Amino acid sequence: MLAPNFASAWRYRHFILSSIHTEFRARFVRSKLGGLWMIIHPLAQAAIFALILAELMAAKLPGMANNKFAYAIYLLSGMLAWSLFSEIVSRCLTVFIDNGNLLKKMLFPRINLPLIIAGSALINNLLLLLAILAVFALLGHIPGPQLVWMPLLIVLTMALGLGVGLLLGVFNVFVRDVGQVVPIALQLGFWFTPIVYTPSVIPLYLRGVLQLNPMTAIVQSFQNVMLFDRAPDFAGLGWIFLVTLLLLAAVLALFRRASAEMVDVL
Amino acid sequence: MTIDALTISDLGKAFRSYRSEWQRVLSWLGVSVKPAIEHWVLRGVAFSVAPGEAIGIVGQNGAGKSTLLKLIAGTLRPTEGTVRIDGRVAAILELGMGFNPELTGRQNALHAGGLMGFDRRALKEVMPAIAAFADIGEYFDLPLRTYSSGMQVRVAFAVATAFRPEILIVDEALAVGDAAFQRKCFQRIEAFRAEGTTLLFVSHDTETIKKLCSRALFIKNGHLALFGPAKIVCDRYEQHLFGNQASLNAGKASVSVPAKFDPSLTTPACELIYGSGKTEIDSCWFEDLEGQRVNVVEAGQHFVWRYDVRFNEPVDNPVFAMLLKTREGIALYGVDARQLDIRPTSYARGDVVTVRFELSNCLAPGVYYMNCGVRLDHAGGVEFLSRRIDTALLRVIEGAAPTVAIGLLDMEARLSVTVSSDTLVQQR
Repeated sequence: MLAPNFASAWRYRHFILSSIHTEFRARFVRSKLGGLWMIIHPLAQAAIFALILAELMAAKLPGMANNKFAYAIYLLSGMLAWSLFSEIVSRCLTVFIDNGNLLKKMLFPRINLPLIIAGSALINNLLLLLAILAVFALLGHIPGPQLVWMPLLIVLTMALGLGVGLLLGVFNVFVRDVGQVVPIALQLGFWFTPIVYTPSVIPLYLRGVLQLNPMTAIVQSFQNVMLFDRAPDFAGLGWIFLVTLLLLAAVLALFRRASAEMVDVL
Repeated sequence: MTIDALTISDLGKAFRSYRSEWQRVLSWLGVSVKPAIEHWVLRGVAFSVAPGEAIGIVGQNGAGKSTLLKLIAGTLRPTEGTVRIDGRVAAILELGMGFNPELTGRQNALHAGGLMGFDRRALKEVMPAIAAFADIGEYFDLPLRTYSSGMQVRVAFAVATAFRPEILIVDEALAVGDAAFQRKCFQRIEAFRAEGTTLLFVSHDTETIKKLCSRALFIKNGHLALFGPAKIVCDRYEQHLFGNQASLNAGKASVSVPAKFDPSLTTPACELIYGSGKTEIDSCWFEDLEGQRVNVVEAGQHFVWRYDVRFNEPVDNPVFAMLLKTREGIALYGVDARQLDIRPTSYARGDVVTVRFELSNCLAPGVYYMNCGVRLDHAGGVEFLSRRIDTALLRVIEGAAPTVAIGLLDMEARLSVTVSSDTLVQQR
């Protein structure tokens, strides 16, 4: 079922790459820092949280008392995961609407569109990762060998983001309210993921809710790998992997049914 | 028997709306939900096209032409019926799809060419040809945002037709761009056809369709009203558009029919009236030399354009003017009182005057639009007291002896063909 999709994506690989390239080029054209803003935004956000909450949170990080910047590192690890996920979700949400005219007037494999998003989000995230590692070095923290799990974590985050984003993206074409609700839901999701805080600071009855959020295990794995030099939370990631597979299969099936009518209403 | 390049059978497209979008979702899940409204934009269309044939498609806006093209191009999926295609389709439904303003012409050619599914290496190979066809000089390596719209069209068409498709679909995309480039585009289309490309061509310009296409489709209200020789279909389409039955019973029948007035030949949809309000053009019409109101005249039959002007304020030396245009908006003939040496006059409030332009008719058969106006030429500029744009339609029909093969004018050619040696003999 997937093979023809990927075969056509391969045929269009130059278009996908040049679309990603064009996106980055367009960002650099008229602004001095260009694409760097994509990195500066999450870093600045992390800096703000760190400034406000560092005193409060520092003591809550187990085993990291020796590094006074532990909270900043914790924040950045979580932000890295969340920014990848939320960028993919919010761009997939409007991908069909934004490309409505193209979908109506040109015949090309639709899978190109999410692949372009995934590719450009991935490059953004890798740049952010490099920037964060540089900041870590400045703060005197060198991540350990567990960092080898990063590629796996990043791929899983992307897959989850694509699944959630495309599902909502298809619905958004028909019910535009979806596009208005999702940014709010993403905000809420951000606070229901232990990024800014550790699970230990919230009331017990809420921790269960936290575990229902698939991004929790992912973010915690990012933190494990980048900060605590521990292996990812494989048990948690296992079921997320399953959920993601199901989600992607559902998206594919949904897309097959919906794509004809999608172009009709765009 | 050869395989048809394109076979359309029983094609229909309906846009469905549901009482709730959730019902639509349920319908994907296999639950049978009856759509609240099923709006058929195209239904029961069937025809087939042989390889290398050129088919024109005419019809009013909203008749379903574009839907038909999208169904053939594959961006829309049919609700019923099938489209069978033999070969690669290139659909130019809109020029410049996938272009990015920040990329140069060359980069855009690679990028948009990739979107059209062309191989990158092949694109690079034909890049010199694309640049040559676009013919925009050094602009080809400057960002697209610095282009004029004409230049964008040039690059876009050059890319879209970089490789010869088996079926080429063109949806009025060529209406933009300058005349010289349009001709170049048509030349390329003709060259493709000579190599066996099948052409589907939508245009409002029936002359082009008659020139380019052997057969034509007339789509009316989502149905295939007529499919046949381009000339016949185009005539029937114009007849439908302008509602003139008699004139279309070809030249012979109209010999005995005197010039006449067809009330349905009006321009309510596109007329534009404006001005400073010092005068008002109450009414305007064509009439024949006997003073009878007409709007259908035979080729060569002279006519009069007249309008009544009412002065709401006293005005000194107004200039009365008229302009005749083609359907495409090309000015054919404009003149005003200054050229015609009318003695300057002053008018008082409440005056009503009749302006009468007597015109020689050297127009080829076709439909023409008339403008009229009253203006004041100040030292500083022009003030339009009142103006009516596209206010009347004139239909010129073929006279007893048709003389125009093609074009807008009847230049009344007198042909003589002599063998040059004979001429010499005669001179001696």
